[in-house]
Parts: sequence; C-alpha cells; structure tokens
Amino acid sequence: MLKETTTIQIKGIREGLLVSFGDEDWDILTSALINQINERPNFYQSARIVLDAGSHTLGVNELVSLRDVLSEHGITLWAVLSNSSTTEQTAQNLGLATRISKPKSINDEEPVDRISDEKALWIQHTLRSGTRIEFPGNVIVFGDVNPGAEVMAGGSVLVWGRLRGLVHAGANGNEEAVVGALEFSPMQLRIAGKIAVSPKKNAKGKLEIAKLVDGNLIAEPWKSG
Amino acid sequence: MTASVVTVTSGKGGVGKTTSVANIAVGLASQGQRVVCIDGDIGLRNLDVVLGLENRIVYDLVDVVEGRCRLRQAMIRDKRLPELYLIPAAQTRDKSAVSPSDMVHLCDELRQECDWILIDSPAGIERGFRNSIAAADKVLVMTNPEVSAVRDADRVIGILDAEEKGPASLIINRIKPAMVKRGDMLSVEDVLDLLAIQLIGIVPEDENVIVASNRGTPMAFDDKSRAGQAFQNIAKRLLGEEVPFLDVENQGFFQRIFSGRK
Repeated sequence: MLKETTTIQIKGIREGLLVSFGDEDWDILTSALINQINERPNFYQSARIVLDAGSHTLGVNELVSLRDVLSEHGITLWAVLSNSSTTEQTAQNLGLATRISKPKSINDEEPVDRISDEKALWIQHTLRSGTRIEFPGNVIVFGDVNPGAEVMAGGSVLVWGRLRGLVHAGANGNEEAVVGALEFSPMQLRIAGKIAVSPKKNAKGKLEIAKLVDGNLIAEPWKSG
Repeated sequence: MTASVVTVTSGKGGVGKTTSVANIAVGLASQGQRVVCIDGDIGLRNLDVVLGLENRIVYDLVDVVEGRCRLRQAMIRDKRLPELYLIPAAQTRDKSAVSPSDMVHLCDELRQECDWILIDSPAGIERGFRNSIAAADKVLVMTNPEVSAVRDADRVIGILDAEEKGPASLIINRIKPAMVKRGDMLSVEDVLDLLAIQLIGIVPEDENVIVASNRGTPMAFDDKSRAGQAFQNIAKRLLGEEVPFLDVENQGFFQRIFSGRK
C-alpha cells in the first residue's frame, strides 16, 4: 500500500510501516505525519513504524518527542534508518533499532578481511547495560563496558577500562581483529565466527588481549614490543 | 512554593519502590512539607494499599486525565499527617490510559500547590515508566544488592542518561549486613562500582515492611524501625541535610556524607 504526500511517503513492509521523510524542515514533516494519522486513526492504531530519516541530523529531543507523540496515538516507533551517523547514534542510545532485516543496499556491504583504515569510533563514556554499538571499523571505548552492553565491530575493539559485557570483533568475518581491555573479563567474547566465555566467572580482569590463533580464541597478558 | 517532582523507578519489579515512595512521603510530610504522591502503576496499583488509603478512593489519576473530575477531587488527604496527599492509580484500566504529556500537564498544575510531588513508577521500561519520568525533575533509581536488580538498574540509568533525565541518585534497598559480611551478598561498594551514580540511601532488610504494608502504616511512622529510619534519612537528604549513611558492616553509622540537594 503506497500513500504519498508531497513530503512524506508511507509504505507497508514486512516489519510494519516504513515512513520515509524528504529533506524538508523536521517540524513540517512531523506535522504532516500526524495529519496522516489523524485522518485514519483506526488504520494506524497499534502500528509499528520504521522511520527513514534520510539525511536529517536528529538529537535526543526530536526523536523522543516524535516517539512520545506517536505513542499517544497507539503507534510504536521501533527503528530509525538514517544516512547521518549522529542520528544513528541518537537512535541507538534511545534503544531504537537502526537496521531492519533486509540490508538497505547490497552495495553497502563491507568487503571481508579488510581492516578499516578509516577513523576508529571513539566512545568516551561507560557503556551501560542495554547499550548496543555497531560499527564497521575499529572501536575504542574510553570507559567500561558493563554486563548487558554489546559492542559489534567490523574491526578490533579496545576497552580502556573494564570489559564485562559482550564484544564481537571482526563481526564481518575479519579473523585478524583483536580485543583488548585494561581489565579483561567479558561476559562473552566473539572474534569473527568464534565464540567463547571467560574461564572464571566474575574473576577480576587483567590487562589482556584476545585474538584468534589457529582457529582458537586465546587471551594473553599484554606485553609491549 | 514550587514543587520538585521526584520519581522513584528501578527497572526490576519488587525491589521496594512503592514502599519507599510511601515512606519518603511520610518522612517529608513529618518535616512540615506539603507532599502529593502519584501512583504511576495503572492497572496494578499498590501505593494506596501501602499508605492504608485504599478504601477511600473515589476518583483516580485516569479520571483526572479523562476529565471526569477535577484534580483536587482525586487527591486523598492522609488523616495522620496534615499535608500528605495521594492521587491513586486506576485499577480497572492499563498504562495506555495515560500519556507522558498528560503527566507533564498534571504536574504543572500541581506544582504551585505543594512542595513535593513523588511519583511511584511501575517496573519495566515501557509506557508506565515513560509516563512516570516525563515530568520528573529528579529520578531516584532503586535497586537491591543482587545481580539481576543491578543489571536492570544499570539499564534504567543508561536510558535516563540518553534521554537527558539524569543524573539519577541511587537507593540500595533490602541489604542484609550479615550476608554481606559472609560474602553472600553484594556490598554497597560492589553495587556502586557498577552503577557509578550518587548514593542517596541505604535501607536494611526489615521484615516489618510486610507487617506495615498489611496494616497500611508506613514504617517511617515508627522511630524504632531501622528501615523506617533509613527512609526518614532519605527525606532529610532530599531537603538538603547531611545525614551519615547506615554502616552496613557494623550496624552503626559511618561518615560517608551525602552532599545534599543541588
């Protein structure tokens, strides 16, 4: 079902309704969406919406207020797709999905085994339980990764703090990726296709780096040189 | 007087939010403050029971929001203290009956009329939680010294930070000094190590909670109750007083001072 106005498109997809925004002013777009909903409230009742925000750069206030307004109409906003990394980060912080099951475009897939030489993602705070970080390159966390937090990186992950959550390095298949932490005590560790749990539960972590050696996940104390 | 809106939430159910809202309210009202409690747990209301006011409910929060009564008509005045009121939740509806903006409007209307608005949040991180934090000036996160509760508290604190409702303050409830000493229970330090937010209260496990709840008489009325005392202390700290924390190991008091309201 395709419904179009000059500024927004609404389309039925497998995961619910896909609402695509153009480049107009954010307030105009959200008003247009609410008008659509008010015209046929019963149709939208209990709907699950994926918002394609295009190139809009959105902060916490905009997404939270949109989510709340939709919620008052009985609609759940569960995912936000975006070309802007700021918007994607905001959505992730609010617990919204930033991908739906079908990849946006086949051309976007990262080639396997390439360690990204772009800038690493630098996260300057502790990741609390329920936080999920996804990034195609290397990730550095300047803080702790708490139990219940997840870091999924195409490249390597370094935690300048306590690693007690879940890390998946080399998530696109890169077996050269490594995981290191000042206090290495992950809930679960994955590099490329391998998964492992810590040998001693709740032990205090030491300064260690984990890597894949001959298909096995090995963690060893960090030695320079 | 412009009220401060304080919400008590936890993520995990059963950690003691309702008990603490009732007791902190009694603590504040005993110090001459005008307090309105709001039960945010629509469909599973409990604050009325714990306060002993359930048989006096005529109108509730949903009646106010849907315009069937004026705000004042839904406020039940506690007969034991001059300035303690409750707006109960509805039992025959669910959390979709109220929205975050409804709560903001309601609290705006109440702000000029009292010193404190205490909101009892339901468990979870969905609509009821969102309703309860929408109007909050300050959020108190409650946890037990127990791994599942701490995980959930961490999640909630993260959500509060992400939505710019922080920084939250922490209440550690139901701590058992003997178990901590044996190493069978997380210590205050263990919990703070993970949650890393400011502590506003430590409340010991006290079986009188159940008796008090059954009678509808919050423990803060009883000077001999240690849990009641702890809740009174939280009320004092909200008022800006420096009160030493309960020393869990030695059953005395130690000098970790909480530095008051900002």
